[in-house]
Amino acid sequence: MVAETTRPQEVMRSGHSACPGCGVAMGMRMVLRALGTRSVVVMVPSCVSIISGPYPNAALNVPVFHSAFEVAAPTAAGISNAFKVQGIDDIPVLAFAGDGGTFDIGLQSLSGAADRNDDFIYVCMDNEAYMNTGIQVSSATPRFAWTSTSPRGNTRRKKQIMEIMAAHRIPYAATACIGFPDDLEKKVERAKEVRGTRFLHLLSPCPTGWKMAEHMAPKSAVAAVETNIFPLYEIVDGVQYTITHISKGLPVETYLSLQGRYEHLGAEEIRSIQSEADRTWADLHKKDR
Amino acid sequence: MNPAVLTGEHFMTGDVACAEGALAAGCRFFGGYPITPATEIAEHISARMPEVGGTFIQMEDEIAAMASVIGGSCAGVKSMTATSGPGFSLMMENIGLAICTETPCVVANVQRAGPSTGLPTQGAQGDMLQARWGSHGHYEIIALAPSSPQETFYQTIRAFNLSETYRMPVLIMTDEMVGHLSERVVIPKAKTIKSVSRPRPKGRKDRFKPFEPGPNGVPPMAIAGEGYNIHVTGLTHDEMGYPDMTVEAQDKMMARLVGKVRRNLDDIISTEGYRLEDAEIVIVSYGVSARTSLAAVEEARDQGIKAGLLKLNTVWPFPEDQIRRLSERVKGFVTVEINLGQIHLEVERCACGKVPALLAGHPGGTIIPPDQVIETLKEGF
Repeated sequence: MVAETTRPQEVMRSGHSACPGCGVAMGMRMVLRALGTRSVVVMVPSCVSIISGPYPNAALNVPVFHSAFEVAAPTAAGISNAFKVQGIDDIPVLAFAGDGGTFDIGLQSLSGAADRNDDFIYVCMDNEAYMNTGIQVSSATPRFAWTSTSPRGNTRRKKQIMEIMAAHRIPYAATACIGFPDDLEKKVERAKEVRGTRFLHLLSPCPTGWKMAEHMAPKSAVAAVETNIFPLYEIVDGVQYTITHISKGLPVETYLSLQGRYEHLGAEEIRSIQSEADRTWADLHKKDR
Repeated sequence: MNPAVLTGEHFMTGDVACAEGALAAGCRFFGGYPITPATEIAEHISARMPEVGGTFIQMEDEIAAMASVIGGSCAGVKSMTATSGPGFSLMMENIGLAICTETPCVVANVQRAGPSTGLPTQGAQGDMLQARWGSHGHYEIIALAPSSPQETFYQTIRAFNLSETYRMPVLIMTDEMVGHLSERVVIPKAKTIKSVSRPRPKGRKDRFKPFEPGPNGVPPMAIAGEGYNIHVTGLTHDEMGYPDMTVEAQDKMMARLVGKVRRNLDDIISTEGYRLEDAEIVIVSYGVSARTSLAAVEEARDQGIKAGLLKLNTVWPFPEDQIRRLSERVKGFVTVEINLGQIHLEVERCACGKVPALLAGHPGGTIIPPDQVIETLKEGF
């Protein structure tokens, strides 16, 4: 009985259609558990829309709206505005999009919604490429990473989506990852407490696209944080930074060596990634007052 | 050996053949964005472009992909993009821009079943009227439809040549079945591949009129940076390229934009006939459905029905005269296509009620089985 009363209520059920060991599926489960069953979920073409499964064999136990690729944010904005018109103010609207749907094709519409401070929680499930169509580069793909359209390694840096969202001065933005479930769920709780546009950038390792063994998603997520490749922090009102996990500052090889997409890297590239991680962490510390 | 032309026998998909056809035609800029079932074109060309001194860029969406292709072509490089249904919808505004600015470019649409997300991994031919009318305003467009990887290779080259000749976007309306089908593709020697480049201006730079038509109605195209004044606009413009917001200017510009296609139909339209000589029923088809139709013609003949096939290599502009002429002597038409009646409407229009025009179609997800064509033949005639 004790176990029954303490076990959290799951919104995402078993029987989803993710690849084995999928980090996005784990992330969705954690986010939705914190969100609760009284909620509405919008999703756009991405791994999320595949993972949630075809109705009625669907893994999500809440109303789901599958929208077009470039419009996760405005679809959520329409729903939350309509709730307001009808006097409903206790149903959070959450939008899931992938990194392509957020960093690339959906950025314009996300910016518009954030500018209006439309009322929804936006969760970017970042697996750092278009995994759904077979691992093509996105602007969330890190420098040097192999993808099927960056066959000699990505030449661009990963876009700093958190800085873009902070520049909109939205009430709440945070990074999170499946390697730190407590931190992640706390951030969803915090997002629920405020109104307006709330943004979660969720690193979701992809064993298929990152060329790892199936059990490596959580481990690689922890390594991303502990090497300062993906620090955990939150930003209130676009200016107030708080680091939520002090990392061990491990060398970046700890993270890179887990993944086949980096196996072509030489010492120079690794040094460059290391210095970028060091700078990210130092910059973040300056902002964390 | 020219690294852009992989002379020899290959076993490749329609998507890869499209990429190789583009390189052989001289395409050196590709603005791409992943979408099933067209992604393989971008993937293949992303690896091949650096080998031939070209550039592949993955854009942030299909709007940007199409816009980058127009920019690339304006700057003097043969340019293309490839997509499928939802991406094709996003490209529509810029396809209209390329029409109005007379910018040569090639767009491949590897069709999947819609509307919306539809059946992303399964084929259809449901974008044929969108190809014709999808961008706003009235215009002419050129669209080709290959039936095999080998045809995709050649039609991609032809698409570039037509787009360069007539200074306009040319669409390759292939489908998931052809795009993902692996077959033998023979790539000929580089010197046997005819490659056309846009007409270029000659003469005094201070007297250059950027939209003064040449003999076939197409103005020579100057490249930014070579000394001729260039001002590209999607506003209605005169021969100097100056915006002119008058009814007369609109009439004159549109007459030329539409006329350069309508006056060159013999050059643009390509069809193939199979057993048409004594045919009483003409099957009209294109893309993967033309292969289904070929089997249906054989089966019908075995059963004593005198069927023949008119295969449309060029779908737009539509071969109106050919259908009209056939309608004088045949008993009827059956259009075979994977939609609920699009090119069928054209056939019906051109048959003018003289003979019945039927459809063997369905809304997508698989090919039209030859049996369905036979059934339509038997029920209708």
